[in-house]
Amino acid sequence: MNAVVKQLTGLRDWVDDRFPLVKLWNEHMGQYYAPKNFNFWYYFGVLSIVVLALQIVTGIWLTMNYKPDAELAFASVEYIMRDVEWGWLIRYMHSTGASAFFIVVYLHMFRALLYGSYKKPRELIWILGMFTYLALMAEAFLGYLLPWGQMSFWGAQVIISLFGAIPFVGDTLSLWIRGDFVVSDVTLNRFFSLHVIAMPLAIVGLVFLHIIALHEVGSNNPDGVEIKKKKGPDGVPLDGIPFHPYYSVKDTVGVIVFLILFAAVVFFAPEFGGWFLEANNFIPANPLVTPEHIVPLWYFTPFYAILRAVPDKLIGVLLMGAATMIFFLLPWLDRSPVKSIRYRGPLFKTALWLFVISFIALGYLGTQTPTPQMTWMARGFSAIYFGFFLLMPFYSKIDKTKPVPDRVTDK
Amino acid sequence: MSDNAVDVDRRRFLTGTTAVIGGIGAAIAAVPFIASFQPSAKAKAIGAPVEVDIGKLEPGQRITQKWRGQPVWIVRRTSEMVDTLKNFDGGLLRDPSSNESVQPEYAANAWRSTKEEYLILVGLCTHLGCSPSFVPEPGAVDETWVGGFFCPCHGSKFDLAGRAYSGYPAPTNMTVPPYRFASDTRVVIGEDEGDAS
Amino acid sequence: MSRLFTFLLAMLCFELALAAGGHGPAMQPVKIDLSDKLSLQRGAQVFVNYCVSCHSASFMRYNRIAADLDLSEESVQTNLMFTTDKIGDAMEVAMRPSDAESWFGAPPPDLSVVARSRGPDWLYNFLITFYVDENKPTGVNNLFFKDTAMPHVLWELQGLQRAVYHTEAADDGNETTTIERLELAQRGSLTENEYKRLVRDLVGFLVYVGEPAKLVRHRLGFWVIVFLLVFLVAAYLMKREYWKDVH
Repeated sequence: MNAVVKQLTGLRDWVDDRFPLVKLWNEHMGQYYAPKNFNFWYYFGVLSIVVLALQIVTGIWLTMNYKPDAELAFASVEYIMRDVEWGWLIRYMHSTGASAFFIVVYLHMFRALLYGSYKKPRELIWILGMFTYLALMAEAFLGYLLPWGQMSFWGAQVIISLFGAIPFVGDTLSLWIRGDFVVSDVTLNRFFSLHVIAMPLAIVGLVFLHIIALHEVGSNNPDGVEIKKKKGPDGVPLDGIPFHPYYSVKDTVGVIVFLILFAAVVFFAPEFGGWFLEANNFIPANPLVTPEHIVPLWYFTPFYAILRAVPDKLIGVLLMGAATMIFFLLPWLDRSPVKSIRYRGPLFKTALWLFVISFIALGYLGTQTPTPQMTWMARGFSAIYFGFFLLMPFYSKIDKTKPVPDRVTDK
Repeated sequence: MSDNAVDVDRRRFLTGTTAVIGGIGAAIAAVPFIASFQPSAKAKAIGAPVEVDIGKLEPGQRITQKWRGQPVWIVRRTSEMVDTLKNFDGGLLRDPSSNESVQPEYAANAWRSTKEEYLILVGLCTHLGCSPSFVPEPGAVDETWVGGFFCPCHGSKFDLAGRAYSGYPAPTNMTVPPYRFASDTRVVIGEDEGDAS
Repeated sequence: MSRLFTFLLAMLCFELALAAGGHGPAMQPVKIDLSDKLSLQRGAQVFVNYCVSCHSASFMRYNRIAADLDLSEESVQTNLMFTTDKIGDAMEVAMRPSDAESWFGAPPPDLSVVARSRGPDWLYNFLITFYVDENKPTGVNNLFFKDTAMPHVLWELQGLQRAVYHTEAADDGNETTTIERLELAQRGSLTENEYKRLVRDLVGFLVYVGEPAKLVRHRLGFWVIVFLLVFLVAAYLMKREYWKDVH
């Protein structure tokens, strides 16, 4: 036993002379001091990484049997589902993973809103995270074309047509994106390339930068207290604990709980009532017939509802784009002296809850066939959605905040 | 943080237990990913046994049939060829009685087939998988050549039973696939004598 | 924490309830039991006897049916297959697509995943609600697929149904006529219950064909979750042990 340990230590030292192994470990795990008061909401960062890894691995395996060809794509997915050993499991993990990705990312973003994690000095972490989110939306959109079912085809047709709204260059631009007069084999082939190579590279790179930036500044926490301001004689923040082992063991528990829920969906409800896999997508793409009821997947529906709420095509597209882009400005829209919801006043709390309700309501409305009433509701919720951001400089400034303690409050 | 109350043994035990369960879980999770590399149901369907009509095959001729994507040769040997095989000097061969080579039990003889007349082989060199040429004429490769198969890639030589000559790279005799005769003129490649359809 | 979970759970129920919505004439729900292998076997026989002459199931291989439905390959070969097919072949149709197009106006769709796009309830109701309609070239119409090009292939079994209409005058005096129910006009060789069982067997088989992995995925999922729960206990104890340090 001792001989083995000695050998391994020797190997580590050998590597360490040539590569900063121990230094990296210490900076990011062993001596990365995270606030000791992380709560439930702090699982979703690590869960995003778990899902990313899952999507990459299952995606590599699916690529081994998938055929990016309009004649073969639909059949190749069914080939994976039937003829390839365990193909069905790998495919369901990937399709469930896509929705799981958005669930954990939305909760991760909500955490940032709750505790002001985007505020100074973490603006750049937030911006890198937003870029990751945009890349993820692109990745999901590109990937959804690949099964080449009716929803794949018409979803892509509609979203690409949005670019047609841009004055002067719109039509040329959507033609350029498709590479054909309709969504076709050419489009499928390039979407495949972007989905399996370009976007994953971008996402992995952005996540890397996101974490580097985080570990430079240090993690926020539910109290919004900067733990680096109170350090012990050894230079270690008094409220900080080493990420490893404390958070590595805690996150292990969180990851397992996530995996249980994930397995429950994969094995017992992979279609999730039509929300993760749509019934119409089991009909091969047909450029001549549009399905009666066409909606994007649930994670896009809030933005889709905003698009539909506007009677003008161009303005609708612009507002939909603005609805995602406006998140980038958050660090500068928020003028409150405190970070955490715990010490914010009633104005911000109300605004945040209204925002969450309108986001969910828009998400619901985006899945429904619009009626005049629903369109008006969508307009109202869109107004709240934008109001949350645009009025933030005022209400966050005049809000009655509570005094923030010096140290974190709970364990 | 206080170090006084740490139960190191318990901590070590729980960490070890979790790591072992996690390791088992990772190993189980790897199974589907590894197993998915196996031939799919489609590959197996394409690799199903094939029935070949050999009624028109003349003595001395060879036909090639695809089975599991590989060339399978059916050679109808003349009686002179069979005699040559039976009187062959085994010392020239690597594995004259096919102890090291792959063939069904019923083809583990000097002529490597059930019927002396018909030779059935997977037409791939056992060296690195090239497909050898059929050269039945004696003396066609060199003066000692009695007819057989010659691999153009690395010069391996085989006799008319697919047995490898020593001194050339091919390590074993050519592979005989499972086959059975459905009738005098029909042979099923990929099924053993015992398998009924 | 618990408030949050309640909230998430409520969201989930809300979403699932949304997914269940629908409109049109009331459908009779059908209960499919994939563990009933005998039902699936009968369904396979019906499918082969009545459907495969026009519809393919080109993603479904015969040997997979044999393995999954506890049938020997020989019995599948003699009872379910054309003699020219091989056991590893998929369920293709005998008819040429071009012929089909000229006979029916459109080639009959492949039925491999029809149970996933239409759902079992729809298939069941479609197959039991053909009724006589002289205006149609096939002589029949359908409650759930109006003006379908498909003839009532099973009519000899079910018999022929006639629509009973119901006329209602609206407030503005306009009369609307709707189909109230269907009644049997000519008896078939099966009783109503026998016919419904046969259709249920057939739909069950189509559900299986739509996703053969469904036969194993629930059982496997159960064990995966059991394993993860054990893992969770170990990991939780480990976490609690380490976190004794944190005050």
